[in-house]
Amino acid sequence: MQFKSMVISNTEASPGYYRMRLTAPHGLSTSRPGQFVMVKVRDAIDPLLRRPFGIFDLGSSVAEFGDGSEQTYLEILYRVVGRGTVMLATLHHGDHLDILGPLGKGFEQGTPTEEKILVGGGVGLAPLYYLAKELVKESPVRLFIGGRTREDILCVTEFERLGVETYVATDDGTLGVSGLVTEVMERHLTEKNQAKTMFACGPMPMLKAVAEIARRNAIPCQVSLEAYMACGMGACLGCVVKGREHEDYRPDYRCVCKDGPVFDFRELQWI
Amino acid sequence: MKRPDMSVEIAGINMRNPVMTASGTFGYGEEFAGYVDLETIGAIITKGLSLKPRAGNPTPRIVETPGGMLNAIGLQNVGLEAFIKTKTPFLRTVDTPVIVNLFGNTIEEYAELAFHLDRVPEVAGVEVNISCPNVKLGGIVFGTDPKAAYSVVRAVREATVKPVIVKLSPNVTDIVEMAHACADADADALSLINTLTGMAIDLQKRRPVLANVTGGLSGPAIKPVALRMVWQVARAVKLPIIGIGGIMSAIDALEFILAGATAVQIGTANFLDPSAAQTIARDMERYLVENGIADVKELIGALEV
Repeated sequence: MQFKSMVISNTEASPGYYRMRLTAPHGLSTSRPGQFVMVKVRDAIDPLLRRPFGIFDLGSSVAEFGDGSEQTYLEILYRVVGRGTVMLATLHHGDHLDILGPLGKGFEQGTPTEEKILVGGGVGLAPLYYLAKELVKESPVRLFIGGRTREDILCVTEFERLGVETYVATDDGTLGVSGLVTEVMERHLTEKNQAKTMFACGPMPMLKAVAEIARRNAIPCQVSLEAYMACGMGACLGCVVKGREHEDYRPDYRCVCKDGPVFDFRELQWI
Repeated sequence: MKRPDMSVEIAGINMRNPVMTASGTFGYGEEFAGYVDLETIGAIITKGLSLKPRAGNPTPRIVETPGGMLNAIGLQNVGLEAFIKTKTPFLRTVDTPVIVNLFGNTIEEYAELAFHLDRVPEVAGVEVNISCPNVKLGGIVFGTDPKAAYSVVRAVREATVKPVIVKLSPNVTDIVEMAHACADADADALSLINTLTGMAIDLQKRRPVLANVTGGLSGPAIKPVALRMVWQVARAVKLPIIGIGGIMSAIDALEFILAGATAVQIGTANFLDPSAAQTIARDMERYLVENGIADVKELIGALEV
């Protein structure tokens, strides 16, 4: 659906990272973890295109104004990287945005009770929070979160509050273990030998490493990809990734927006 | 006041209003069905089709530029067979003319595709994309050589009795010459403009942003160029013209009609607002009502110079 949304809050979660809470129509509450929204950051022809953001959180709270009825809200987590996000970061409570969503295919949540392993890098954490909120209802959840430095590690407290066991790794060792999050995660895998499913979102090198670990250990794994996109609905074909030759899948370009953003790692070509 | 007459006709294709969706920006219609009432727009032009499926270019394929975007998708499409099998069943259910944009690498491919589409009842007409290289003639682009354009349009013309629209490239010195060549080959209508070739550079990486190095510029940034070309071509040839280029609003659309277009195509605007075509058609009608204009056709070429 396409809707006008009001900014409820827009706060800096860590230097360069913001969390924005927005009003949303009730219909959005059926969105699945892993789906995303396209946000028009400004009602003007520049910047021209919408910006895609994974759903960080979705819920309802008592409306701030009015009769005390429930108001659905949507949260996005974003890093200020370019003109669009610079503009988003200047918005305040009461500002309005035009939003399209929910778009794309979300995560398959897997077998209940089985251990769920979440791997997030930097702002790639965004879709994993909403996912964790759903998963903790039925399964033990562990989160491995990585970044260059401590400022790239977001929302650890929020995950812990859900009951998610959280492990942190930074390249420079300023928070958690020094090193790659994927290495920390793999050590954990070899320690415990029960059935698990992995879910990952983050930079491509991290996803590649996660996919390799999933392949080596024969663990089901879904990855959520980021891509430049114009439309978000499978029309522009700008956001494609190359699908891998596989008996169940066609070996051609796949739209991150429509066939994804969540893919079974076996669907993709990782080279 | 009575509702104004918004209908127009292009080469026998009757449309409820002059607003069409541009090829490559609206998928096969179905993708947008949840966001737009397809029976409120004039016509749907589907994603460029070739005989065989095409994978398209490597990524990055798109980049935003000031007031526009560059794309180098590489004509990725499902191919004729899958189009007929998987796309026409939905299109059949929509009471809006469907025009198929087609292309090939050789004149024979264009003709063969037109021949097959001639037998597909869901297809109201074809739009010939002449912006791709002619592999047989060493990569010369059909859209920039009047003789090559004539040959390809002539071949399509002979392969189908359905209306033939030719989509012109703006990347030429004299677009009027190209328009004449297509008219001489018995095209029924012309649509213009396709994207302007451009490029974007990443200073930090010292590399082009697009994997293809260059791409086609679309969006509001190209509107003035498109208006000028529509105006030039409309004065020079008798064929109906479909104006394309950065149309974001009813005002933009009406400007093209004043310049001589009978209809318009909405392209990049569909990406930012999937209901753009519907909104533009509605707002055009409102403009007519507010200005006491009974028939949109009164505005075609009504520019006072």
